[in-house]
Amino acid sequence: MSATQTQARSSTLVQRMKRISPLTIVVHLSVLLLVIMWTIPTFGLLVSSIRDKDQLAVSGWWTALSSSEQNLIARTNAPSTQVFENGVYILKGNIAPEGESVEVLAFGSSSQDPSAFEPGTTSTLRNGNTLNVETNGDYVFSSEKEFTGSRGKRIFYQAVEKPRWTLDNYREVLSSEGLGQSFINSLTVTIPATIIPILIAAFAAYALSWMQMPFRGLLLAVVIGLLVVPLQMSLIPLLRLYNEIAMYFGVGAKSYLGIWLAHTGFGLPLAIYLLRNYISNLPREIIESARVDGATDFDIFRRIVLPLSFPALASFAIFQFLWVWNDLLVATVFLGNGDEFLVLTGRLRELLGSRGGNWEILTASAFVTMIVPITVFFTLQRYLVRGLLAGSVK
Amino acid sequence: MDQIYSALLTMSLGVAGCILYFWGSNWLLGIIFPFRGQSHEQAARNLRIASSVRPWLFLGPALFFLFLYLVYPVIDSLRLSFMGRSGEEFVGISNYVWLFNDPEFQESLKNNVLWLLIVPAASTFFGLIIAALTDRVSWGNIAKSLIFMPMAISFIGASIIWKFIYDYRPTGSDQIGLLNAFVEYLGFEPQAWIAVPFWNNLFLMIILVWIQTGFAMVILSAALRGIPEETVEAAVLDGANGLQIFFKILVPQIWGTIAVVWTTITITVLKVFDIVLAMTNGQWNSQVLANMMFDWMFRGGGDFGRGAAIAVIIMVAVVPIMVWNIRNAQAQMEDR
Repeated sequence: MSATQTQARSSTLVQRMKRISPLTIVVHLSVLLLVIMWTIPTFGLLVSSIRDKDQLAVSGWWTALSSSEQNLIARTNAPSTQVFENGVYILKGNIAPEGESVEVLAFGSSSQDPSAFEPGTTSTLRNGNTLNVETNGDYVFSSEKEFTGSRGKRIFYQAVEKPRWTLDNYREVLSSEGLGQSFINSLTVTIPATIIPILIAAFAAYALSWMQMPFRGLLLAVVIGLLVVPLQMSLIPLLRLYNEIAMYFGVGAKSYLGIWLAHTGFGLPLAIYLLRNYISNLPREIIESARVDGATDFDIFRRIVLPLSFPALASFAIFQFLWVWNDLLVATVFLGNGDEFLVLTGRLRELLGSRGGNWEILTASAFVTMIVPITVFFTLQRYLVRGLLAGSVK
Repeated sequence: MDQIYSALLTMSLGVAGCILYFWGSNWLLGIIFPFRGQSHEQAARNLRIASSVRPWLFLGPALFFLFLYLVYPVIDSLRLSFMGRSGEEFVGISNYVWLFNDPEFQESLKNNVLWLLIVPAASTFFGLIIAALTDRVSWGNIAKSLIFMPMAISFIGASIIWKFIYDYRPTGSDQIGLLNAFVEYLGFEPQAWIAVPFWNNLFLMIILVWIQTGFAMVILSAALRGIPEETVEAAVLDGANGLQIFFKILVPQIWGTIAVVWTTITITVLKVFDIVLAMTNGQWNSQVLANMMFDWMFRGGGDFGRGAAIAVIIMVAVVPIMVWNIRNAQAQMEDR
């Protein structure tokens, strides 16, 4: 690089530095602060879900990286291993649990005072025995009398406990807490409940955009009105209807078919609204010229409209997917709480009741329910934003 | 796994059924009203009939679902709200009389008003601020994406996230909830936040604000970008400062969008029950209408009359927004 280039570059840097006013710094810092405020709850959950459950229960997740001091108890080797040297009986060994290492901060011989002695000092206990524990956990316990009994003597000590990370929480919730089954149930509900309404809505949107028919304005107004009808209004009548139909056919009222159709019905107003907005804005010339060429409405829809509306279809699909996956109300009412029907949100609610204090279960479970929608969100965000912008009634 | 296969199978059947319906009905129409090989008048007539029937074939399934799952239930809920607990016998307005004398309902109503005042206002406010700020930094898109992310999380998942933040341990032991740790760090007493009447409502609302701010931000950010540059440039030339430009030039130009965001969040607030169900289930004076309705649907085997009456109250709150939406959309369509 030549000197002039370097000079030029440094001068632009200086200029840039000058342009960064205090206000810009404030803007950057406030955005940073807001981002931290918005992400820290989820981040805390994620960190907690991979912590050891004993550590999770006693310390905040923000301390997860630092070691903590703990009072612990160990036992010496059994008296049968004692050796007789220089007139005293000696027990030797290491207090660390099998396969682990410890960092001893202090030790003692009674539970009242586990930090009586510094590591590395040979201390005389009340009964005349001596005990020395090194920082690495090596201990020497000596007595003038022979050690008796079958169990080792207790040593109380304070040690640094290193942070422990584990995937055990996930292993547990996926198998024994039934989250694996619920994951499959959720997929079973979500995939058909996303795809069925798209097809129905696309045809309807095409008819409302490009076909000559009476009451078009009225129908559109109805669809827009139905966009905001609270789900609560639908639940009781539909539950009764489902029960009657099930009774008539002699089957259970809770079924996957029932919830697919329910989600189809509830998702249709948004689907029709979104797709109509998009389809009615397709260039008129394309559709007219296809008509002139003798294409039927069915052909136009299949060959021209459907491929061109891919962005709108994708937007709605993501919406519906997120909504159905995250829904608790419709699933509870139309599927119930049977094990073969319980979706992730329902399972989460149940765990919140039964395992309310077990944060290792709750955090890992919550993360399992979030992983799919968050992946969908980050990979397909573009379509989601586009759908939001088109979907809010302006 | 079998379940997934059977779901996929049913889905393929469903999709195939849909396609068969649309294609088959179209084909049938061509058979019944042929226009080839007919006399001129006959062909013209058949063509006219077919093209007036066809839209209804396309719309048919959609209209069926909309009617069955939304229109009919609204009417039936209205009817049921005048019926007894099993929905069989007519009881007049006694459900409503009971409702307005029920302390739990009064408390829910009061709380819902609080939710309706605070959540849309706070979400829109934060959304607007964040939209304006992130447009000014180079990494704004990443920031937006992270703030938008809670939208993808279920209400119940979000409730667990925040319940963990509000977690309470008695004084003396280490706090594992972020809020109490912070409160202790500042030198105050830790609290069981979600069990403190009145204030717990605010702690529940924070969850919804956390989720909805991203939505407000995305819409408002697009609106801010759509503002013509000239108006801002003119204001700069006239010597307006940043705050003046924001509040006097930018915000007035996006009032329409702010109203849209506000009403959309208002509707979400009216429908949200998962958060209350998961956090308190209405204990400690934190009940809201949607959760109370859910509760009565199943309480003691389910009281359909009372449940429907509460649903109707929620619906009544939505109707003004509904009318406003329809009028807006119609005005917009006439503009085109």
